[in-house]
Amino acid sequence: MVEAATEYRVIGTNPIRPDGVDKVTGRAVYGADVRMAGMLFGRVKRSPHAHAIIKSIDTSKAEALPGVHAVITHEDFPEPTEPTMQTIRGPMPTMWDLERLLARRKVLFKGHPIAAVCADDAHVAEDAVALIEVEYDVLPAVTSLDDALAPDAPTLHDDGLSSLVDGLFEPVEGRSPNVARTIEMGFGDLDAGFAQAEVVLERIFETSMVHQGYIENHNGTAVWNADGKVTIWTSTQGAFGVRTNVARVLGLALGDLRVIPAEIGGGFGAKNVIYLEPLAALLSKKSGRPVQITMNRTEVLEATGPTSGTRSFIKLGAMRDGTLVAADIRLEYEAGAYPGSPVPGGARCALGPYLVPHQRIVGFDVVLNRPKTAAYRAPGAPAAAYAIEAVMDELADMLDMDRMAIRDLNAVSEGDPRSDGATHGSVGIREVIRATTDHPHYRAEILEPDVGRGVAMGFWQNGGGESSAYANVHSDGTVTLITGSVDIGGQRAALAMQFAETMGIEYEDVTSLVGDTDTIGFTGNTGGSRTTFATGWAAYRAGMDVQEQITKRIAAVWDVAPEEVTYDASDASLHGPDDQVMTFKEAAGRLPGTGGNIQGRADVVSTSVGKVGACFAAHIADVQVDRETGKVTVLRYTAIQDVGKAIHPAYVEGQIQGGAVQGIGMALNEEYIYTDDGAMANASLLDYRMPVANDLPMIDTVLVEVPNPGHPFGVRGVGEVPIVPPLAAIANAIYDAVGVRVNRLPATPARILEELEALDGSGS
Amino acid sequence: MAKRIVNTQINGSSSEIMIDERDSLLEALRDRVGLTGTKEGCNNGNCGACAVTLDGQLVNSCLVLAAEVEGADVRTVEGLDDGREGLHPIQQAFLEEAALQCGICTPGFLVSATALLKVNPSPDEDEVRFWLAGNLCRCTGYDKIVRAVLSAAETMRSEGA
Repeated sequence: MVEAATEYRVIGTNPIRPDGVDKVTGRAVYGADVRMAGMLFGRVKRSPHAHAIIKSIDTSKAEALPGVHAVITHEDFPEPTEPTMQTIRGPMPTMWDLERLLARRKVLFKGHPIAAVCADDAHVAEDAVALIEVEYDVLPAVTSLDDALAPDAPTLHDDGLSSLVDGLFEPVEGRSPNVARTIEMGFGDLDAGFAQAEVVLERIFETSMVHQGYIENHNGTAVWNADGKVTIWTSTQGAFGVRTNVARVLGLALGDLRVIPAEIGGGFGAKNVIYLEPLAALLSKKSGRPVQITMNRTEVLEATGPTSGTRSFIKLGAMRDGTLVAADIRLEYEAGAYPGSPVPGGARCALGPYLVPHQRIVGFDVVLNRPKTAAYRAPGAPAAAYAIEAVMDELADMLDMDRMAIRDLNAVSEGDPRSDGATHGSVGIREVIRATTDHPHYRAEILEPDVGRGVAMGFWQNGGGESSAYANVHSDGTVTLITGSVDIGGQRAALAMQFAETMGIEYEDVTSLVGDTDTIGFTGNTGGSRTTFATGWAAYRAGMDVQEQITKRIAAVWDVAPEEVTYDASDASLHGPDDQVMTFKEAAGRLPGTGGNIQGRADVVSTSVGKVGACFAAHIADVQVDRETGKVTVLRYTAIQDVGKAIHPAYVEGQIQGGAVQGIGMALNEEYIYTDDGAMANASLLDYRMPVANDLPMIDTVLVEVPNPGHPFGVRGVGEVPIVPPLAAIANAIYDAVGVRVNRLPATPARILEELEALDGSGS
Repeated sequence: MAKRIVNTQINGSSSEIMIDERDSLLEALRDRVGLTGTKEGCNNGNCGACAVTLDGQLVNSCLVLAAEVEGADVRTVEGLDDGREGLHPIQQAFLEEAALQCGICTPGFLVSATALLKVNPSPDEDEVRFWLAGNLCRCTGYDKIVRAVLSAAETMRSEGA
């Protein structure tokens, strides 16, 4: 199963990233660092109410304030040309996206944008925002799943537009009007499965709404020129995605809108969404000046991201030997103010690591008066995996089995069906399980009181999509590689390395750049763990194109047939008849005088040329529970993952460590807390508590390499799956430490104390 | 709003800055001086992305009024090299230890870690973690940042020896 280890020269080493020096000297230009002559600064007026009808908006006082150049509201958008739009979670009325950007008749969450202003500086813009007068009819708000799912709950979307899309907010007798969609997947015969089961466990789990928590706030800078050409600079995970979405809401031709991706300060899924870009463009159109808008942290927490709070109902049936036979799962995910929660991701991944012959997974996409959710690293999977992995642990204990042995027994194999109807390809799950049970951490003795160990697994299917690359060969043999993939964590290095490996040249001879929507071919967003895989394919193909072109040229120079010349990457040289050899560098030097310089080119749909490799992970966590305070401390943490082939092992480790710690944050600290009137009560980085350096131990990683046969270098996406196991690994460790089954995350000190008291009270 | 002129030393150079009286030091650095290496993450002292030193003391520049820095010595990430050729050992260590991913928190960590190594040239892991607890990073899980600081400390000790 494991392919023979391939010898690579560049792949598997840890060179310094091309953007490194700029980033340690403060020179890297992030979206908010863009500066232009005459640039104005914008701010956004937002709703103080979670649910209200807008009776009137009066911008006259703001417009009259000296230093203010323009004010916009929803009225400044053109009428949408298409009534519905495609989103990653299905079609939606286009008007709702316009209303999300600037509210029209209703506000649906606290922080909902209503108007935007640009002025000489940000302070004046803030003063102007305060002068905008909005009259509201405040409506009852629903900010919890319970309230939103009540059959008589206030209706968020009552404008009739949902009828434009089949199956959206379908009225069902006795059901809440806030269920946007239901999904269902699975196979087998559920009744037969549960009839066969010797053990059945039924449990309910809850997780809280959490934010991606990138340190860079959202921004957008735009110039709308008098000739109708528009340029946008923004911190985004995908310039082409921004172009599509902004062009739609502003009625622009794609060729009239250029989107230049700035350096991006973290995204984790949420910077696939446009918020400020079209507003900056409209303000630029109205003022005739460049306009930059940035959010503050409260705006980011209240009005961007986050991911869903969830409730999972799990019914799992097994035989006494631990074999799973049936699973009936119901997932309820908060979508936020508009449809589109990641419940499909939860449904796909809940049983991802395991083969359960009879299974049904039903998912509910529920709207409520909270910000519209956005993708967050393995969207939807962590909550569902938490529920399943906690039940797997309980099952193992009940059947007196080793916790990894029960997982091994039920692990999927190549060719097994996935819940979503697809088939598992080459999988490294058993190698991951073996690496876990072999790890000293798994077997280490626990010596201290109130310390426990938990394990959990995770699955993520990873993404493919379209990518482009150009490789400009310079006459001294150096190459500039331009791709369309925004670099969010080292992709420029990982792509240059794959190109250098393809060509047999040095990493240092490749300059790796990110193009914009006018300078590189269409490339999908940096998300879904697709970039090192899919854009890696493009870098490889661009290299092969260079080889083909340079082989033909040198054949002409040697006056032989092209098929008599070969390019050998192992010595980066061209070989012809009569032992003629020319290095790539020499050949590059011959190009200008023999027909001109060349450029390698690749536009690939990665899933047409290759196959996405899914990813499995297992995490081991040791925690200590303080019985006095309820505080849980992570003492030791190990993440084991099948990474396909690690192009840049240090950056792969970084992805795993970062994902694991975000998951630890979900498990222990992070949550959106709401007041009764629908306001987020903890909208600052003091009260929204993300892990800090002294909350954590080192995060050990084990890179298991089971190459993906669908990629020239065996790459599997690695960025997302590490956030999937930590929730259950921590919850299971807490149980192991003090005997408390945590069924609601985060496991804050208050909740742990409550559970400990309940346990004492029950006399066990 | 009223403007005023502030005279200060920024990264060793005398600077005369025209500020708005309500500008924070962070806003003055970014919007009046053009030193955008200092980042805004929260604007209320919780993330450390805007860390600078003021007369040698580590501060969050979002919590300092620009008007307060009259006559003071301000050091930002752009002045970290301290006039030396090439990168500061802490910058080099962050590159070699892969201690940054998106890089937005990096300037704050570099300034903060440098301030630590001035007062404690031989910190252990716990001391590094405690000192850096005022700087948020969302990409790395801190592991490689802590290692980079420990590695830079070692380099600086051997350089000093």
